[in-house]
Amino acid sequence: MNPELLFFLETVIGGLMAGVMYALVALGFVLIFKASGIFNFAQGVMCLFAALALYDFMAPGGWVDRWFGFTFPVWAAIALTIVVMIILAWVIERFVLQYLVQQEPIILFMATIGLAYVLEGVGDILFGSDVKPLDIGLPQGASDWLLDNFNLYVEKLEVVAAVTAAVLVTVLAVFFQRTRIGRALRAVADDHQAALSVGISLRTIWVIVWSVSGIVALVAGIMWGSKSGVQFSLSLIALKALPVLILGGFTSVPGAIVGGLIIGVGEKIAEVYLGPLVGGAIENWFAYMLALAFLLFRPQGLFGERIIERV
Amino acid sequence: MFYREAGQFKTDYASDQALFPIAQDRWFVLAVLFVAVAVVPFFVDDYWANAITLPFLIYALAAIGLNLLTGYCGQVSLGTGGFMAVGAFSTFKLTTAFPELNFIVVILLSGAITAGVGVLFGIPSLRIKGFYLAVATLAAQFFLVWLFNKVDWFLNYSPTGQISMPPREIFGILITGPRAAPEAKYLFCLIFIGIFALLAKNLVRGRVGRSWMAIRDMDIAAELIGIRPLEAKLTAFAVSSFYVGMAGSLYFGVWLGAAEPIEAFGIEQSFLVLFMIIVGGLGSILGSFLGAAFITLMPILMKNFMVDGLQLAVVTAKHIEITMLGVLIIFFLIVEPHGFARLWQIAKEKLRLWPFPH
Repeated sequence: MNPELLFFLETVIGGLMAGVMYALVALGFVLIFKASGIFNFAQGVMCLFAALALYDFMAPGGWVDRWFGFTFPVWAAIALTIVVMIILAWVIERFVLQYLVQQEPIILFMATIGLAYVLEGVGDILFGSDVKPLDIGLPQGASDWLLDNFNLYVEKLEVVAAVTAAVLVTVLAVFFQRTRIGRALRAVADDHQAALSVGISLRTIWVIVWSVSGIVALVAGIMWGSKSGVQFSLSLIALKALPVLILGGFTSVPGAIVGGLIIGVGEKIAEVYLGPLVGGAIENWFAYMLALAFLLFRPQGLFGERIIERV
Repeated sequence: MFYREAGQFKTDYASDQALFPIAQDRWFVLAVLFVAVAVVPFFVDDYWANAITLPFLIYALAAIGLNLLTGYCGQVSLGTGGFMAVGAFSTFKLTTAFPELNFIVVILLSGAITAGVGVLFGIPSLRIKGFYLAVATLAAQFFLVWLFNKVDWFLNYSPTGQISMPPREIFGILITGPRAAPEAKYLFCLIFIGIFALLAKNLVRGRVGRSWMAIRDMDIAAELIGIRPLEAKLTAFAVSSFYVGMAGSLYFGVWLGAAEPIEAFGIEQSFLVLFMIIVGGLGSILGSFLGAAFITLMPILMKNFMVDGLQLAVVTAKHIEITMLGVLIIFFLIVEPHGFARLWQIAKEKLRLWPFPH
């Protein structure tokens, strides 16, 4: 194959894979926004928190190891972390959200920023702020098969992330469409008051939805943690997920995935072909500009619900 | 008992529409101003100026700016740090390119330049609303900081990537630079911010401010009663950015003296100023001051308490400080979502009835 075309293809595939990683984080945002209208800025820190907790349950030298002298196997550590995230969701509902039910969106947004600070501080105090390599046995390095047959360089880990994301979205879709709780979730998303009046408990639903997005955060945390180690900068991926979110629409799960792919590819291509022209390091803002350009044509994002305004 | 307006008759429209129609309020404000101008300067040393008074005043100016946009016009912006950077870099370029230009003119020009940039980034607000807009303003934040960091012309080709403020005088008194007296810096900022707070207060009671509030409350309804959204939103972005730009100018010129774009104008700045107006009270000039005071003073108090009082390690104290900041923000949002300004109002209402509440 023509080397230039090959390079372009590699760039696009790399972008798609990075996009999947962004989409994983954006997914957690969408779930919470859909069910409660809360723009949860703490999602990134939740990823960090989950990854930190997971690390400490399973890694030698972690918190559990130091205090009790043993570590959990990977599957048990993941299960325990899920429990931790569910407890966290309950605590958040019990001590924060419950009191802020009828407040304006910006107040709730601020509360989640406060939450992000708390989680960050608590995470640092409990688990320490050094970089921790997270290894739960996911494959690392380049895929040999693709390298041999097509001369393409693709990280195995990113393929795993893509497959995981696909599975996760399918599971979520089934959960939302087919189960009783999923139906209640959609009812709450549609109309809080109507949902309340047919006997759906808002508070239970909120705990469930925050737990689910905590689990999504755990998945994202595992992927990002395996890629670049568990460290504070993990919480900054929230900032990467925001353009994905506005591009895809705050309320759409497929939007998060498609938006993630568009942003990932656009960013990679811009970085490779446009970056050198303007001095590099454009990945911080390019995604935002790209999303902004899309928004000018579709103010609700690509897949967002049509905004209907009445006086 | 003391806070009664009984017997204060207003005999003309001017006194009815005065900024502080109640005499006690007037005296109180005058007393606060008197203390700020005539008493505080005697106690201001380098530590007080750089750690407490200057941050408070400068952040108050930035908070007023953001409050005009977010609190009065309802357009959430997360680009404050970027706009402060525009103000700071305009000041840097103007002072180094035109050394004889008066520093006050430089600050005003920096504000004007920031206003222009603000209008540019405010254009999407005509089409995008709510959180979509908030995220879109992050584009301004990241793009501007990147721009100042990357393009060497803005840094005057400084090899360290830092900008530093040359010393400037006003009426023969040194205001900027490391050798300026803390009292001079403090009084300069105080007068500047006092004047612009007054202007802002009058602006929001006038036609422009009312049109902003109409847009905030419901933009379609506002459009129907004849307010042009384009005009209202873009003026809000312009005036807000003007204030934020001046704050950035003072932040860099008077307070820091030297700055590095990524650290000094990062997204934390944007959040910090947003915290100030939310904790202080959205849509309140007084709230901007109270919020700025709270957010600048609280970390200092906590640090002093934990490092000096409890002998904790600095790193641990830093983590606890972040946690506590988060807890306090959530706590205040739960207790009083409308901020300190609302608490102040409630206190005044209580005081009017005291000591006989019925």
